[in-house]
Order: sequence, then C-alpha cells, then structure tokens
Amino acid sequence: MALPARWQNKLHPDDPIDEVMELQMGPSHPASHGTIKFNLKLDGERIVDCDVEVGYLHRAFEKMCEQGTWTQAFPYTDRLNYASPCINNVGFALAVEKLLQIDVPERCKYVRVIMSEVARIADHLTCLGMAAGEVGAQTVMFYMLEAREFLYDLIEAVTGARLTVTWCRVGGIKYDLPPDFNDRIRLAFKSLDAVLSDCDHLLSRNRVFIDRMSGIGIISREDAISYGVTGPLLRACGVSYDVRKAHPYLVYDRFDFEVPLGNRGDNYDRFNVRFREMAQSKRIIEQAMASIPAGPVSIDDPHVMLPPKDRVYNSIEGLMNHFKLIMEGIKVPPGETYTAVEGGNGELGFYVVSDGSGKPYRVRVRPPCFLGMGALNKMLIGRMIADIITTFGMINMIGGECDR
Amino acid sequence: MLAEKIKERFGSVIAAVGNALGEESIVIAREDAIATLRALRDESRFSFNMLSDLTAVDWLERTPRFDIVYNLNSLTHGHRLRVKVQIGGGDEAWMPTAIELWKAADWLERECYDMFGIIFRGHPDLRRILLYDSFEGHPLRKDYPYQRRQPIVPETDAVINPVRSSR
Repeated sequence: MALPARWQNKLHPDDPIDEVMELQMGPSHPASHGTIKFNLKLDGERIVDCDVEVGYLHRAFEKMCEQGTWTQAFPYTDRLNYASPCINNVGFALAVEKLLQIDVPERCKYVRVIMSEVARIADHLTCLGMAAGEVGAQTVMFYMLEAREFLYDLIEAVTGARLTVTWCRVGGIKYDLPPDFNDRIRLAFKSLDAVLSDCDHLLSRNRVFIDRMSGIGIISREDAISYGVTGPLLRACGVSYDVRKAHPYLVYDRFDFEVPLGNRGDNYDRFNVRFREMAQSKRIIEQAMASIPAGPVSIDDPHVMLPPKDRVYNSIEGLMNHFKLIMEGIKVPPGETYTAVEGGNGELGFYVVSDGSGKPYRVRVRPPCFLGMGALNKMLIGRMIADIITTFGMINMIGGECDR
Repeated sequence: MLAEKIKERFGSVIAAVGNALGEESIVIAREDAIATLRALRDESRFSFNMLSDLTAVDWLERTPRFDIVYNLNSLTHGHRLRVKVQIGGGDEAWMPTAIELWKAADWLERECYDMFGIIFRGHPDLRRILLYDSFEGHPLRKDYPYQRRQPIVPETDAVINPVRSSR
C-alpha cells in the first residue's frame, strides 16, 4: 500500500510517518450501531485504506423464503429493515400481487401508504437519533427515541406489534385502521412536532454538530449514481430520485409532497434531507387521512385470501379453502418481476421469480443500504478516523437489510 | 417502446425481448454482454446510468443452468430494463465483470459469487462478502440443502492475522 506522496514528507527525521498502522475496528464497536468491521490502514488519524466487511447478521433470508409459501415470507421481510418493517411488507406484497396481476382495494392502498409513511418517520428518527447520539448529542437521541415511541404506538394500534408487524398479506392487509386512528395520529403528530422542533433547535445550527457533519463523507453525484446509492444519500447529492415520484406505486401520485434535496452530498445534507423528509411524510399522511375511502381492505378472491374463520369452522368449502391455502400456498403464475418501493434508506427492490408452484422460486432483495455501504470506502479514504462514525451513521446501515 | 428501440439498435445481438407485466426485458449472449451493457449505459436514448441490482437465478434442471439478471435503471429517462444472460453450470459458470461500467457491480458481483459461485472474470477482488472465507459451497444454488451444516471454523487470532486491503 503506497502512501500519497504528500504524506511521505517527514516533518521531523524521527517521525515514523511512513509507517501505516493497521487497525481492525469492529465487528462490535461501541461507537458504531450495527455489527460491521472496518479493516483500516491509518496514517496517524488519516485513513489510507478502509476495507468494509459486512455479513455478520446474515440469516439466509433469500434461501429461507424459498422454503415456505409466499405468505410465509412476510415475517422474514419484517426483519430486513427492522426500523421500518411496514415498508418491507408493502414492497413484498406489491411484488407478489404484480405476479398475480391483482389490484387491491382503494382503502387498502391508502392504509398501506399511511403505514409506510409512519414507518418512514420512525426509520428517520432512529437514524438521526442514533447518529446524533454518536457525536455526543445524547439528549437529541433520547428525544428522538421518545418521539419514535409515539409512532410505534400508532403502528401497534394498527398491527398489534411494534416491530415485527407481519401485517400485509398478498391481496390486502390483515388489519384495517382502528376507528379512532385520526385522533391518535393528531395526538402523535402534536408530540412529534414538539420533539422535532426541540431537536431542530438543538442540532441544526449547533456549531459542534455542524463541524462534525459538514463537508464530511462527501461523494460526488456521478459516483453516487454509479455506486447505486439511492434514497436520502443520493438526494443529498442533489439528484431528485425518489421511487415514490419516479415510479409511483399505490396512490402516491395523488398526494402533494416535495422531495427534499441537498447540494453538497455531505453528512450534514444527509441529515437535513432526512429531517425535512419527515415533514413531507406527515403531509402525505394528513392528505391520505383526509381522503381515505371506506370499503374493504382485502380483495375477495378465495385463491388468494384466507376465508373468514366462521366459514372455516362451519362449512366444508371454507375448511378446504383454508387447508389448500395453508398447505399448498397461493398458486402464483410463473413469471418474474422487479418491484421497487421507496424504503427508509432508498430503493428497496424485490426481484421475485415464480415457477407456478406454491413456493417462491427466488426472492431477491435489493437492499438500499448494502449499496450505500459499498460506497463507504470511497467516502472515507483520506478522511479522519472520527469521520467513520458520522458517515456510517448517516448511511444508516441496518444489519438485517444489508446482510439479510 | 423501449424494447423495440433496443431491438432496432442491437438487432441480432438480442436473443429475446419480453414485456411481461409491463416490465421490459431482453436476453443477450455472454459474449455480447459487456458491449451491449456499455452501449445501454452510454447512448443518450437509453442512458441506464444506474445498476439497480445484479443477481442470478439457478434453474437446476435447465441447460444452460443460470440466469444472470441485471436490473438497470435510468434516472435520466425514468425507465427500467432487465437484461438477462444465460450461462451454464460447472466450468461455464462465469461472466465478464461489469465493474468498469457501474461501481455498484463490485459488491453485487461479490455477493453473486458468494451465493451462487459464479466467477466474474476481471473482477479485481472477487471474494466472499456476506459469508466467511471458509464457508463450503454456495448456498443459493438449488442443490445446496437448506439444512446443511457447516464445519466449525477454527478460531483465528485477530492480532496475528494481517488486516485486509480494500483492493
């Protein structure tokens, strides 16, 4: 490993500056949330080379999806990006529904949008809170985690679970919104607004925070696109690419929202983009709640949806229908699709292949933070060792999604 | 239609064109793959500047055995394209690398090698990415039983082992 020429100049004859120090940082380092290892070569505090090692949380997601039925893959998708499991559920359901060529009812689309956006706010709060905590802003971290609780309460009110929701089904959703959901949202947003305003005052013009974030972890627009970086990281470079706008799915094209952009592609821009995206998600939720139609939340098709329990217990047809769907799974016609949704970290794509049996033949996830981690070494080389923490925090690697 | 424009531009290079479920896809041969992908990236009417995803599908019973699937995305035009290349198993399970076209191919090809054992010729650093170096076999191949156990890895000393370089 040759050092850049300017680092070969010794300030003092005894200065061992041409010696590169090797350091293995991780896999479980207290300053980085997530299990990841950086194999560093350091010149003093400057990073000469950084090999990023991922895979510590590999749980064979793609292999396990091939073992069960299509419906049985939903619990696995919860555990991809566990900061926003609703979005993963929706993405997988949309991919399978595309293969089946079924269209879910209007109300279901609205509920999916609302829950995706609630999950997105929770995801951004996790990312920003943790990143702030890692640079010493512990107060902000606790404030944001508290705000996340309000959103988890919403998710719990709908799905019954806070984290591993398993709430979408092929052809619909398991639970509709509770009748008092509008009030709950208003209450949660009121608390959320107070917290966000506090955090904004604490961080956005905080000298220490800006010094740690601004100008750090820069990646150029061209490099970001070439590395396949999407989501807030790409938008921080000024590229207006959001799957919700570029390839609208569900009913996103009916809502009025903006895509916040940065211009320098540094950590401060990424922070800002995420912060402003939360306000946009709130706008989407408010519009969707105002215009949500009444009606069923699942399609009425015995080939796809389980029959209601009283029919299963009281009629032979219902029992057989239930048995066939549970034992053999939904018969998805042969085909393949790449369906993408905008996850918390960027384009979350599902490339699914069916061979016509009741089991998925191949389920491939395009994890947005895996591609972001691929670009990490580009963002870090030549920077200081302390910049690893903020840059890594802003990529928001979620082990479950990156390593699958 | 995008697929028709591609057919018109590349002619006989394209083995098949698909438009199932409203998603454009083409099948090309391995020899033409890199040149075609480069043209798809560089020519202004296509400009597929982002490699969204690269993966493989193992069709164990079929000859050729593997599909290598490139999901391309054009941020300029907002269109997507799926490019598939069929390659055989055994010694034929190799592809030329696309790393000089999209940097995303670096990690995606490493993952594809890790999971399917497909050799990406010309990749500067083709090693496992999600699994560990001494893992036996490639788990997403259909002939890898999902319950197969792996031998226990002897403990290594992190102090003695040299630190890896990124290239």
